[in-house]
Amino acid sequence: MNLTQKSFQLRKDVLDMIYRAGTGHMGGDFSVMDILVTLYYKQMNISPELTQDPLRDYFILSKGHSVEALYAVLADRGFFPKADLLSYSQFGSKYIGHPNNKINGIEMNSGSLGHGLSVCVGIALGVQKSGGGNRVYTVMGDGELAEGSVWEGAMAAGHYKLDNLCAVVDRNRLQISGSTEKVMSQDSQDLRWESFGWHVIHATGNDITALDSAFKEARNTKGKPTVIIADTIKGYGVSFMENNPAWHHKIPTNEEYEKAVAELAAKEAEANE
Amino acid sequence: MNKIPNRQAICDVLVEKAAGDKDIFVLCSDSRGSASLAEYANTYPEQFIEVGIAEQNLVSISAGLAKTGKKVFAASPACFLSTRSMEQAKVDVGYSNTNVTLIGISGGISYGSLGMTHHSNQDIASMGTIPNMRVYLPSDRHQTKSLIKALLEDTRPAYVRVGRNPVADIYSEEETPFILDKATVLSEGTDLAIIACGEMVSIAFEAVKALKEQGISATLLDMYCIKPLDKEALLNAAANAKAVITLEEHSIYGGLGSLVSQLISANCPKKVINLALPDEPAISGKSKEVFDYYGLNKEGLIKTAMELMNDVK
Repeated sequence: MNLTQKSFQLRKDVLDMIYRAGTGHMGGDFSVMDILVTLYYKQMNISPELTQDPLRDYFILSKGHSVEALYAVLADRGFFPKADLLSYSQFGSKYIGHPNNKINGIEMNSGSLGHGLSVCVGIALGVQKSGGGNRVYTVMGDGELAEGSVWEGAMAAGHYKLDNLCAVVDRNRLQISGSTEKVMSQDSQDLRWESFGWHVIHATGNDITALDSAFKEARNTKGKPTVIIADTIKGYGVSFMENNPAWHHKIPTNEEYEKAVAELAAKEAEANE
Repeated sequence: MNKIPNRQAICDVLVEKAAGDKDIFVLCSDSRGSASLAEYANTYPEQFIEVGIAEQNLVSISAGLAKTGKKVFAASPACFLSTRSMEQAKVDVGYSNTNVTLIGISGGISYGSLGMTHHSNQDIASMGTIPNMRVYLPSDRHQTKSLIKALLEDTRPAYVRVGRNPVADIYSEEETPFILDKATVLSEGTDLAIIACGEMVSIAFEAVKALKEQGISATLLDMYCIKPLDKEALLNAAANAKAVITLEEHSIYGGLGSLVSQLISANCPKKVINLALPDEPAISGKSKEVFDYYGLNKEGLIKTAMELMNDVK
């Protein structure tokens, strides 16, 4: 199975999780999935057995509402049994609707937007002070960039020239109220990042090969942090969810569920060709 | 009169301990002067991080540093640290349970004439409601040192508030009774229990001496550990007294007085009077002028104690 297939298969796990629980953020899960797959299968030095290893790479999911995608990836990478996903959002479960560090493989609790980048600045500084070569990653949503604290983190990362830090913006152009450009424009973000001393890369965010190249470029960029603006499609993989803001947190009907399963299976098969 | 403020005592401990511990990190937000951290910053520039005027960033960066095994102390004026960064303290420090000690400097009405923006009369309430977050208001420089030494030895989140100006010594270099999370009993009596925290303890200490001369014996607890509150010491003191007075440099809502009242009403109901700042933007002026205005002084405490003794007789 190639990684594109893997990413459609994991979307199916997300669909099951959210359909069963009746809660979740499918649109953002589907847009971010290829970014997570590229990080967890190709880029990051992590392993289920060594989650406290000081040499590990660090990942913080700043857009914490996409946690279902992260759960699917972590389960598939063996951080916890896949059967645990059955308890997602059930009463008393640790598999809650935002990242929870009681779960093996999750570094920090998140969910409130605008924290992840600053936390990663702290981790990157700590790693740098210890002389480590670890890399630090975070994924933010494009709507999240309206939080002022993001730019405090961006300013500090640029100031301290944290080239071990790579941020990814899941640029799907939609937030709950609709288009990001209508809610709060993000189209000028290249200039913003660059003015804070960042290296900016644009990549097709639902293409694992393109993302992998972008992460390699980030790794080779010295003296400044890198942001990858990953152009993604919200709801990617299911035709009727794509680019539809309703699917930010809509729950599929039985019919929609069956249709989505079939479409994801077809995409997975197609990716094998 | 002692000339060393508690914030300086914190720096002194950190300077001393960092000599043998490369994992100690101190952060500030353009506040190295006001936090008395210049000596630390100059001595250990590699273990000092300046984040600029960005208190939310200060707290999140601290939490990230702690993830890499560092023992992190983040100092900023209490007014900003405790409410502007409250969500970062809640999520990145408390909820994620990171090894960060937040140090609120110039707390309460230390910045008296600068007005409500710079007063921090909400920090016990805000920090105290964050799960995993402990809240400490040490009373003098010696206790402050003991507290910081103890916090260097554990890995849990904490918030420490100190004031701007030197306060009279209660303890001494040679004798500072201190057990983490146990109140210090400064006097024992059978008429009143007086529970004070932070820099109000020295005022209470003087008042208790004066009350004794008037025939009123009071237990005085230095309740530097607001959270976890030393319930055993508190209930002991209350059980042996006819009434209780609390004294604090904080809003009357959500501070030491509220917590003590909750505990006493549930366990050994008796009259409790809370002396604190009222629910209004505090009048501005020098700390002492403000305390005098609101009766948060020796005379105010004595007056309240006398009235209370008449009430409960």
